[in-house]
Amino acid sequence: MIRTIGSSTLCVVAEFGGIANFAVLSIYEFCCQRRRLAKWVLAVHEIGVRCVPIVAIVGLFTGLVMGLQLYYTLARLGAEAALGDAVALSLIRELGPVLTALMIVGQAGSSLASEIGIQRNDEQIDALQTMGIDARGYLVGPRLCASFICFPILTACFDLIGIFGGYLTGSVLLNVDAGVYWNHVFSSVQFADIYGGFIKAAVFGFLTITICAYRGFYTHLKSSSRGVRGVSESATRAVVFSSVAVLAADYLITSFLI
Amino acid sequence: MSDKFLSISGLKKHFGNNRVLDGIDLEIERASITTIIGKSGIGKSVLLKCIANLVLADEGKIQLDGRPIIQSRKTARQPGGVCFSYMFQNNALFDSMTISENISMPLLETTSMSTHELHDEVEGMLGRLELGDVSSSYPAELSGGMRKRVALGRALITKPQIVLFDEPTTGLDPERKFSVLEMIANYRKQFGFTALLVSHDIPEVFEISDRVAWLDQGTLRFIGKPEELELSADLELSRFLDMANYGRNKTE
Amino acid sequence: MNKRKIEMGVGCFILLGLCAVLYLAIQLGGARLLGGNTYQLKAQFSSAAGVNAGSRVEISGVRVGTVASVELDSMYFALVVLELPRSIVIDEDAIASVKTSGLIGDRFIELSPGGSDSMLNDGDHIYDTIPALDIEDLISRFALGGLESKGD
Repeated sequence: MIRTIGSSTLCVVAEFGGIANFAVLSIYEFCCQRRRLAKWVLAVHEIGVRCVPIVAIVGLFTGLVMGLQLYYTLARLGAEAALGDAVALSLIRELGPVLTALMIVGQAGSSLASEIGIQRNDEQIDALQTMGIDARGYLVGPRLCASFICFPILTACFDLIGIFGGYLTGSVLLNVDAGVYWNHVFSSVQFADIYGGFIKAAVFGFLTITICAYRGFYTHLKSSSRGVRGVSESATRAVVFSSVAVLAADYLITSFLI
Repeated sequence: MSDKFLSISGLKKHFGNNRVLDGIDLEIERASITTIIGKSGIGKSVLLKCIANLVLADEGKIQLDGRPIIQSRKTARQPGGVCFSYMFQNNALFDSMTISENISMPLLETTSMSTHELHDEVEGMLGRLELGDVSSSYPAELSGGMRKRVALGRALITKPQIVLFDEPTTGLDPERKFSVLEMIANYRKQFGFTALLVSHDIPEVFEISDRVAWLDQGTLRFIGKPEELELSADLELSRFLDMANYGRNKTE
Repeated sequence: MNKRKIEMGVGCFILLGLCAVLYLAIQLGGARLLGGNTYQLKAQFSSAAGVNAGSRVEISGVRVGTVASVELDSMYFALVVLELPRSIVIDEDAIASVKTSGLIGDRFIELSPGGSDSMLNDGDHIYDTIPALDIEDLISRFALGGLESKGD
C-alpha cells in the first residue's frame, strides 16, 4: 500500500520533470536550428491566425451573455451603471485568458497532438532524427515560441470583442447609457488587471502546447493502445489534461496575483 | 590500418523475454556493400536501428569510423560527426510535404546551401530517380515504388558516408528493382559510401553486395562473400536460400 | 502562392494583435509609456474613507489625475499621494477635498486651485484639506438634532 503511494508519487514527479525537460530542450534545440523564422511563422499561423475566428465568435457571445446576465442582476440592486465594470473586469481578469486558452486547445492543441502522434507512428520522427534534425526542436520548439505571442494576442482580441459584446446587449439592446458603459469600462480597469491577464495567457500557452506536444510525441510510450487508436487516445488525453492544467494554473496564478 | 568503417561487437537487445539480438559481431569495410538477409521478424531492422541510434541496445559497442556511437536518447546529433542516412522500410516520408520538399529537407535543414544550389541538387536527384513529373505531388498520390524511390533520393541527397537501407527494393517491379540496386551501386562508386542493406530479394541483391550476412536466432550465423553462400555447410542456411529461390522461380 | 498567403496572414495577425494588446494596456489599463510626464503631490486628511489608489482626482469636475497611494502617516492622518500631469499646475493655497459622486457613489479627490503666486512642486504638501463627509454621522446628527446643538 505505502509502496504503491510511493511509486505513483515518483511516477507523477517523473512525469512533470519529463514534461519540463521536454519543453526546455525543445526550445533549446529550436534555437540551434536553421530557418527559425520560417518555422515560427508557420507555427504562428497554426496556433494564432487559424484560431482568430473561433476566439472572436466565443468572445462576442461571452460578452453578449454577460451583458444580459449581469444587467438583470445589477438592475435588482439598482446598479446598472456598473455593468461596464463588471463585464470588463471579469473578462480581462478571468474569462478572457481561460476561455481563449480552452478554445486554442480545442482548435490547435488537439491537431498538434494528433499530427505529432501520426508522425511518430509513421516513423517520421525517427526519420528526422536520422537526418540529424532534432524532432523536438523541429516540431515542438517553433510552436512553443509561437504560443508565447499568440496566446496574449488572442486573449487581447477576446477581451476587446467581449467588452464590445457587453456594450451591444447592455447599451444597444437594454438601456444602459453608452457613455456610462464605456466610462465605467475605462475607469475600472487597472494596468495590473491587464498585466495579470497577459501573464495568465502566456503561462496557459506554454502549458497547453507543451502538454499537447508531449502527449503526441510520446504517443507510442504513453498510450494503452497502438496505432490510430493510440493517436486518438493521445489527442483526447492532450485536450483533457491541458484543459485541467489551464483551470488549475488559473487558480494558482490568481491566488498569487491577488 | 584495417579500415573498418563500422564495427559492432557483442550487441544485445531484447524486448521482454524475446532476445532479438544476442551478441552481434560485424565489421564492415569502408565503401563496401553488406547485405543482411534472414527471415522476417528476426531482428534485421532492429539491428539497423541500433546502429542509427533509434533503438537503445542493452549491451555491446558500435564504432563508426573508429569512434564509438554514444547511445542515448538525449540528442539527435549524428554519431561521431559522420554523415549517415537511413532509408526506412515504410519510407517515412513527410506526407504533408511535396516530393521535392521531401528530398530537399535534409539539405535545407542541415546545410547552409543557397537556394539556387539546392534547387539544382534536388532537380538532379529527381531526374536520376525519374521523378521529375511528380515533383510537386504529395507522397500519398504516388505508387509504392515511386515512394520508395523518393525515400532513396532523400537518403542519398546529403552524400552520406554510410547509408542504412531497410528493404530498399521491396514492392518494386523487377525492372525498377534492378535500377534501384544499380543506383545504389553507382552511387557507391561515385561517392564511396558504405552501405548496409536489409533485403529479401535474394538473388538480385547479391549482384551488388560485397558481403552477405545471415541473421538467425539473434546472431550472424554466416558472414562472407555471396559466392561462398552457396558453398556454406550450414543446413538451415541452404534451406533458407532454397526456399527463397524456390519462391522466386515459382512466381516468375 | 500559399506561402505568401500564410506570411501575409501572420503579419496581419501580429500587427493587429499588438495593436489590441497596446490598446488594452494603454487606453484601458492606463499604463504610462513615458514615466516622467507626471508629478506627485501629498495631502493629509483626517479621514480618507473610500479613497483608494486609482481613485479620480478632479478639478472643477474634470478628471485630471489619479490617486497613487493612500497611507497612514506618523500622526495617524491619512496621507494621500496624488499623481497629476505636469501640464496641470497647482498653487500653494489649493484646497484638496474628498468628495462623493452622488449620495453613495465613488469617492474622489476634488482640487480647488488657489490664487497664490508660488506653485507646488513634485513631492510638496497641500495643507488645506477637507476630509471625507461622514454621511452616517451627518444623518444621525440631523435625526437627533445634533446640527442645532452644534450651532449654539
